[in-house]
Amino acid sequence: MEFLFNPWPWFVSGPLIAFTLFLLLMIGKRFGMSSNLRTICAIGGAGKKVIFFNFDWKAQRWNLIVAVGVLIGGYIAANYLTVSDAVILNPETVNDLHEMGFKSAGTAYMPTELFDMSVFGNVKNIIVLIVGGLLVGFGARYAGGCTSGHAISGLSNLQLPSLIAVIGFFIGGLLMVHVLFPLIF
Amino acid sequence: MKSIVYLVIGMFFGIVLFKSEAASWFRIFEMFQFRAFHMYGIIGSALVLGIIITQTIKTRKVKSFYGESIKIDPKDKSVKRYLIGGILFGLGWALAGACPGPMYVLVGAGFVPIIAVLVSAVVGTYLYGVLKDKLPH
Repeated sequence: MEFLFNPWPWFVSGPLIAFTLFLLLMIGKRFGMSSNLRTICAIGGAGKKVIFFNFDWKAQRWNLIVAVGVLIGGYIAANYLTVSDAVILNPETVNDLHEMGFKSAGTAYMPTELFDMSVFGNVKNIIVLIVGGLLVGFGARYAGGCTSGHAISGLSNLQLPSLIAVIGFFIGGLLMVHVLFPLIF
Repeated sequence: MKSIVYLVIGMFFGIVLFKSEAASWFRIFEMFQFRAFHMYGIIGSALVLGIIITQTIKTRKVKSFYGESIKIDPKDKSVKRYLIGGILFGLGWALAGACPGPMYVLVGAGFVPIIAVLVSAVVGTYLYGVLKDKLPH
């Protein structure tokens, strides 16, 4: 049972993600985690002002239920299936992060500098979270999908648009980590 | 009944995302540094199996559990929207260290500040809806 409580290796996790894709396809749905954000906007009444949100959100309610399930899954995994949540990273990465001011690297799941309550007293780091979220939400809808929708589901369907989107994801991610991070942190 | 199926699939996926550490900000940073195989192994193995699953369903015309035919609509052909949208998404993915799935995982795992990221992602989605017709697609 011990393996269950340790971090799961990639060769277990990857196939389990593919199994999630399989289950969703087999119940007639698509694997994608960002459409629910659009559903949230529609439920909030955005359809009255913006045509993009004027759709039958009740038919899309399922993707929000999946999202609630994901949230519950995160709760279960963190509280009942984990002994230590420290992520063991490449030592060079840990060094880099320490130099950037992320002292929690190597001993935590998330950088405490950004994801514990102290962030609410740090204007710069709060802006980092907000800008990051805005870009993810805006970019996912602009590109028509996120990591699950394009990198897994879309590429599995061998569709060119998803390949272009995934190349975009990596251009953006590499630009952020290698060019912008030294300026931000 | 169907709602419970969606919920259980979501829970399963949420547990996998947390336990695989794909929801860890650190793992995303490490991935973009090309310093570990971990994330590439996860995405790569999911993709190889995903291709086999999807292509088998399509070519064998496999029916869903409910006996309906499974139809996968192709995305509209374009380069601009996928490239520009993708780059913006990638910038945010690396900065916040989370894409939409992991955001929900992290809320459940009790990382309160991720709520700021999730709310911003909803606002970002809304802004896209507002600006959609003015953007190159």
